[in-house]
Amino acid sequence: MNCAEADILLHALIDGELDAGHARDVEAHVASCPACAGKLESFRAMREAMAGAGLKDAAPARLRSRIEAALPAPSAQIIAPRQFFQPSRRSFFGGFAVGTALSAALAASLVLTVVRNDQDQTIANEVVSAHIRSLQAGHLMDVETSDQHTVKPWFNGKVDVAPPVIDLTAQGFTLLGGRLDYVDGEPVASIVYQRRKHVINLFVAQRLGTKQAGAKTETIQGYNVRHWSEEGLDFWAVSDIAADELDEFGQKIADALGPHPAS
Amino acid sequence: MLDRPHQYVPKAYWTIGRDTMAGDAHAEHERARRFRDAALPYLDDVFTLARYLMRNAADAEDAVQECYLRALRHFDSYRGPAMKPWLLAILRNVCNAEFARRGRQESPTDFSDHEPAAEDPPMWQEPQASPEAAMLRRQDGATIRRLVAALPQPFREAIVLREINDLSYQEIAHVAGVPVGTVMSRLARARTMLRSAWNVAEGAAL
Repeated sequence: MNCAEADILLHALIDGELDAGHARDVEAHVASCPACAGKLESFRAMREAMAGAGLKDAAPARLRSRIEAALPAPSAQIIAPRQFFQPSRRSFFGGFAVGTALSAALAASLVLTVVRNDQDQTIANEVVSAHIRSLQAGHLMDVETSDQHTVKPWFNGKVDVAPPVIDLTAQGFTLLGGRLDYVDGEPVASIVYQRRKHVINLFVAQRLGTKQAGAKTETIQGYNVRHWSEEGLDFWAVSDIAADELDEFGQKIADALGPHPAS
Repeated sequence: MLDRPHQYVPKAYWTIGRDTMAGDAHAEHERARRFRDAALPYLDDVFTLARYLMRNAADAEDAVQECYLRALRHFDSYRGPAMKPWLLAILRNVCNAEFARRGRQESPTDFSDHEPAAEDPPMWQEPQASPEAAMLRRQDGATIRRLVAALPQPFREAIVLREINDLSYQEIAHVAGVPVGTVMSRLARARTMLRSAWNVAEGAAL
């Protein structure tokens, strides 16, 4: 083992992450190398100093009660989101803190109204959740290929539509693959694209929200969501790229579908 | 009542509202109880990471609350990893989304209350030729916090997850969304930077 390797591995040794064989190798190197021995000792000392310095914060009691209050309570038939309508310091996280004090009754009635009328909003929230899930769970793709002719047939028999799979690599949106997802309890095709480091999930289904003549873009939890309908299908594109880039993406997909479906 | 209610309803909540009405209130309560038992014990951990990522307590509180709301919504689909890294991964996404919304501007840190930034010595320098453990004097908690808070994001995150949240390399890799090898090199770099800053702070204290 040389010093460059030891430079990395001695941290794993300190952290107890090395198997016995590697630990022995590092210890053998350190025993014969004063420079690395000095580093090991100083990093160990630093680690101990940090452990003893009480660096962990206790969450403020008011934060704990804010969260407790937000959990559904047993007695409530309808969870009035009154907790969320407390005047907040300022608007934060987009639609999250509305910064307006509404009464509990008013808030509850709003929820009822919205539940009845705004199915699209549910779908929009669900596609954002599905997008976040796809990034978190290490389950971005079921079929991983940049070949549109591989992705498209993969969906056969898994969803009730043949989703158009369009390769936009030349236009800066790389096709990564496809995934079967569930939105609103229904299987939905998700076609996964990448723009620089950003993932775009394009959800396609026969009926996913109300049909949109024009495209509609909104922001939910910091993610941009674009919804449009075409060729009898509903499209929902979700990503953390800027809204205008997502619009560009949607436009390119729509153009490719155009009067002569490209795929 | 309002004429245009849709605009006033925070979107984040209403999945909760809908589920409650559609489903059995008892089941919903049971689910909430399970979530509370599983997730609330890690509130201090989540808050601590939020504090170091957002760099001030007010933003951290908002981020933690949003994290728990998202976690509750996704609780049904939660199948692992352990609860703590799962929550911390959600928190990290919340913080990143917020930074993306702000256009990458980090908000002012409140870790440097004790020392005016202008008089700070350079944060780090290349490692000394022969750093002796004996040279590493104990720093008080406030100084260590300030040194950690000054590290660039990926390194700050790695060191906080390791030293303060006490995650394994595997768990850090999950939270940060990078391979374990990257975690190892980030930690090595983070500790090297931190040690240099530590030594500089020591020099200033003498």
